[in-house]
Amino acid sequence: MGKKRSTFLFSVLCFGMAFLYVPMIFLIIYSFNYSKIVAVWGGWSLRWYAELFRSQEIWDALVLSLKIALMNATFATLLGTLAGLALVRFGRFKGRTLFTGMITAPLVMPEVITGLSLLLLFITLGDLIGWPGERGITTITIAHITFSMAYVAVIIQSRLAGMAQDLEEAAMDLGGKPFRVLVDITLPLLAPGMVSGWLLSFTLSLDDLVIASFVSGPGANTLPMLIYSRVRLGLKPDINALATIIIVVVAVGVIAAGYLMLRQQKQRERDMQMAATDTVKVTA
Amino acid sequence: MSEQTQFDDRPWLDPEAEPFIQVSGVTKRFGTFTAVDNVDLQIYQGELFCMLGGSGCGKTTLLRMLAGFDNPTSGSIYIDGADMTDVPPYERPVNMMFQSYALFPHMTVEQNVAYGLKRDGVDKQEILQRVEEMLKMVELSQFAKRKPHQLSGGQRQRVALARALVKRPKALLLDEPLGALDKRLRAQTQYELMNIQDQLGVTFVVVTHDQEEAMILSTRIAVMDAGKFAQIGTPTEIYESPETRFVANFIGSANMFEGRITEDSADHVVVRSSDPACEFYIDHGVSIKEGSKVWVAVRPEKIRVSVSAPENAAANQLSGTVRDVGYLGNTSTYRVQVADGQIVEVTHPNQSRPRGGKHAVDWDDVVHLSWEPSSAVVLTE
Repeated sequence: MGKKRSTFLFSVLCFGMAFLYVPMIFLIIYSFNYSKIVAVWGGWSLRWYAELFRSQEIWDALVLSLKIALMNATFATLLGTLAGLALVRFGRFKGRTLFTGMITAPLVMPEVITGLSLLLLFITLGDLIGWPGERGITTITIAHITFSMAYVAVIIQSRLAGMAQDLEEAAMDLGGKPFRVLVDITLPLLAPGMVSGWLLSFTLSLDDLVIASFVSGPGANTLPMLIYSRVRLGLKPDINALATIIIVVVAVGVIAAGYLMLRQQKQRERDMQMAATDTVKVTA
Repeated sequence: MSEQTQFDDRPWLDPEAEPFIQVSGVTKRFGTFTAVDNVDLQIYQGELFCMLGGSGCGKTTLLRMLAGFDNPTSGSIYIDGADMTDVPPYERPVNMMFQSYALFPHMTVEQNVAYGLKRDGVDKQEILQRVEEMLKMVELSQFAKRKPHQLSGGQRQRVALARALVKRPKALLLDEPLGALDKRLRAQTQYELMNIQDQLGVTFVVVTHDQEEAMILSTRIAVMDAGKFAQIGTPTEIYESPETRFVANFIGSANMFEGRITEDSADHVVVRSSDPACEFYIDHGVSIKEGSKVWVAVRPEKIRVSVSAPENAAANQLSGTVRDVGYLGNTSTYRVQVADGQIVEVTHPNQSRPRGGKHAVDWDDVVHLSWEPSSAVVLTE
């Protein structure tokens, strides 16, 4: 690497970074704006943060969103893992190809269609068996699970396909019955995949506006729905404050995860080195 | 010598002996592909039996059927007198050591070794004691708390061995046990493996593609080709008396001369070859119809090479020109062109040092080749 780096590459880097982060920086700066009008600077202030903490509506929406995201992530991980296992480990069964195709369909289906079809389903079910009577948290959670579990299934599927089957065979050879092998070997090895599936489902759910709008009922407003409706009715700067808080939380999470991964990587390298030096000692 | 001791180390010769593993008419098909084709096999108690063959010959599939991971399409498998054909792997009295070792990455060495005993519901105190014993045997006691990724390749191999042996299986199945080790470690581990087998008296069934490994380790070798056994025998039988051209070429190398039998009596055979045009005299009868087509196989190291013509000129003589010399230090391999272009390979020990920078036999020398009547083998297929 020379001292003089290419000016071209450097400017491309700057442009790319600016493209990604300038909007967020503006948003953060404007969250400290005193002015009531979003786009006019009126001096520094924490006014909108105070306003935010007093707004019951926003807190309700946030709590609802988190509840849905938690339930969704948990159930989607459970169902998605089972689906992934069935696809990879149960050999050939009738309708496997169909199942494989159908499990990935929600990934490419336009959200509008998913939302509309789920709404129709809920209405029909409500007429037929009286459940769900009122649309709200339950229907949104179910709707989120249907598409989140597809993502989890894909993650689990790829992890399982990459995982050598001989570990499970070895456990069986040593006397483990199939269910024990699943609990002792397969699930622990799938844990990282399940964690990323859970996190992905959680974010997908927090993020979703379209499907939630379709299947929600009166009184159940998720955070994205609330923000969106605020934008249409005229934005108040407290949304900027909320967005800033979310950005900070996400940034802290990402940095912490990155740091943990780096530490693990280094530990692993040290372990390998240790194994190598031991061998030298033994053979010497 | 009593009848009993006569067969002690060669139970396959004893017509009374009960085979420990009995494979009868086993076929395994995957779709239209036949991996194992109507195979019969008897393995006896305490044997170290090697299945040897190239990739895709069906050796691993057969081993997996012994372990219970694959079920035969037809045929039966008996282990220690019990029908195991459709018994799942977790109920078989055998254990397997995987080519990849298949150590559980989320468990320590100790937990890996203990896993099989735990699944059997062995008493905790006993598990502790047996695991300790086993780790001591494979010299890994100080690594008990480590995870597999903290071990070197050789140590991992020994953990896998300990884990498979700790349940005291009636037979141990080993899939390419030394395949993942480097050359030096492999030589050392070979003997360790033999010692352990000797010590415990467990029947070993080894799958390998490495003929050297098979020759050193086994009591008997089964050479496999295209889902069938080409030959089953002791290393000496396989090397010195191959039954087919495939076996002769697979184990070591052999020079083949095509010819027809012109004379076949009880104590010798004469084979007439047209290319090179000469006669071969073999000092054992083969009872094949005169005139039928056969191959005479001679191992490279059984051929004498000399610059001057041998004195007692009889059969089994060829002369030619050295086309290639492969100098290995202890031996040299000469590729000698005889008659109309057939190349004969000869291996010769380098008993004297080169004089004046010149070897006894060198490029483009005209040399004479000869061998004993007992050195060649007549093959019909």
